[in-house]
Amino acid sequence: MNGPAPVQFERTPAWKMYRSIVGIGALCALLIVTVFVATADRIAANQARFLARAVAEVLPAAHTTVSVGMDAAGRLVPTSGVPALPVFLGYDASGALTGAVITAQGMGYQDNIRVLYSYSFEIDAIVGFKVLDSKETPGLGDKIEIEPHFLANFEALDASLNADGTALANPIVTVKEGAKTEPWQLDGITGATITSVAIGDILNASANLWIPVLERDALSLTPVSDGEDS
Amino acid sequence: MAIKPVTPTDEFVKGLWRDNPVFVQVLGMCPALAVSNTAINALAMGLATTFVLVMAGLSVSLLRHFIPREARIVSYICIIATFVTCVDYAIMAISIELHRALGAFIALIVVNCLILGRSEAFASKHHPGRAILDALGMGAGFTGALFFIGIVREILGSGTLFGVGLFPDGFQAWTIMVLPSGGFLAMAVWLLLVNWLKKREAEAAGRAEEVAS
Repeated sequence: MNGPAPVQFERTPAWKMYRSIVGIGALCALLIVTVFVATADRIAANQARFLARAVAEVLPAAHTTVSVGMDAAGRLVPTSGVPALPVFLGYDASGALTGAVITAQGMGYQDNIRVLYSYSFEIDAIVGFKVLDSKETPGLGDKIEIEPHFLANFEALDASLNADGTALANPIVTVKEGAKTEPWQLDGITGATITSVAIGDILNASANLWIPVLERDALSLTPVSDGEDS
Repeated sequence: MAIKPVTPTDEFVKGLWRDNPVFVQVLGMCPALAVSNTAINALAMGLATTFVLVMAGLSVSLLRHFIPREARIVSYICIIATFVTCVDYAIMAISIELHRALGAFIALIVVNCLILGRSEAFASKHHPGRAILDALGMGAGFTGALFFIGIVREILGSGTLFGVGLFPDGFQAWTIMVLPSGGFLAMAVWLLLVNWLKKREAEAAGRAEEVAS
């Protein structure tokens, strides 16, 4: 038995295919560039506002902040612009150093987690914490942003340095929920073990890198007039 | 029997119930299950998808005589990806917080088979007016379906609706409902309900036809 004959389409000339694909590609590129240019300033302003709000949230005592970075020799220097992981020194209205705000990043359960934390030079401890960017599991991993007992870790998480000031005296580690016995331990979240352990690892690595430098050089940097108001 | 002509209203209404993209065509399941963990996320994803559906439908319809048959899929994907990128920028310009909440799923609108499906099956064969009405109806149906799934998941999984607590302190939230498996459970219950209603509707129509004859 013969079935129905297959439908025969006329073959499209190659130049028509090029015309169509290149033409649509060019139109799409033009549209993307137009929307990008039209929204770029507003996106940059939104991101700067979001970061400024987050900095003010984790270091409310700061009246002025100055963006700082590390030079090739590992010395703390003022920077202009906003690097991928910015660090700020915070000064009160009289120009006295109130603390530092550090951005840190590391792998969580789903993807990279980017956080902001504040360090107090007075009590040598992490005193503020905010998640900037996270794609952790809704209802589980994202509890690092809302769980009261986890956020209570950052009232005074010990980050004091060792005798020679080159590293933390005690590494910041996450322990099981309710098992915290030392001030440098993070009380974890049951059901979000991987994410809460990741936060401990991110803070430990970042604090070991930045706090020795901040403790050594921060006082020698004076506030500058073009600092960002928080 | 004469075939009733399809009116512009029919093009819009079919996506809401008869050919609902989620509950009937079972298209676009990735965002329907992944981003429906809260009502507000579901609404935002539905509206973003509707915008891309309408703009892609309009573009494909306008360019339908210009795009060769062999190059149609790559052309449609290019058009859809362009509008998704525009939506991504627009959401960042409106609110960084909303952009954070929707996360990677904005970019994944590109691979939502509902948009490619409507571009291929409808917009490429009809004039722009009908393509827009079809896209608006499908978008509204998709947004509504996501919203209904989102309501169930947020109430049971977090004990809230639009972030407002609904239960006393003692309420133990069903965490599974905000996880991906909860999406499948909520979807299954809604599918059961929609199919039961459709079956009843068909039986009633059959009885009415018998009486009329």
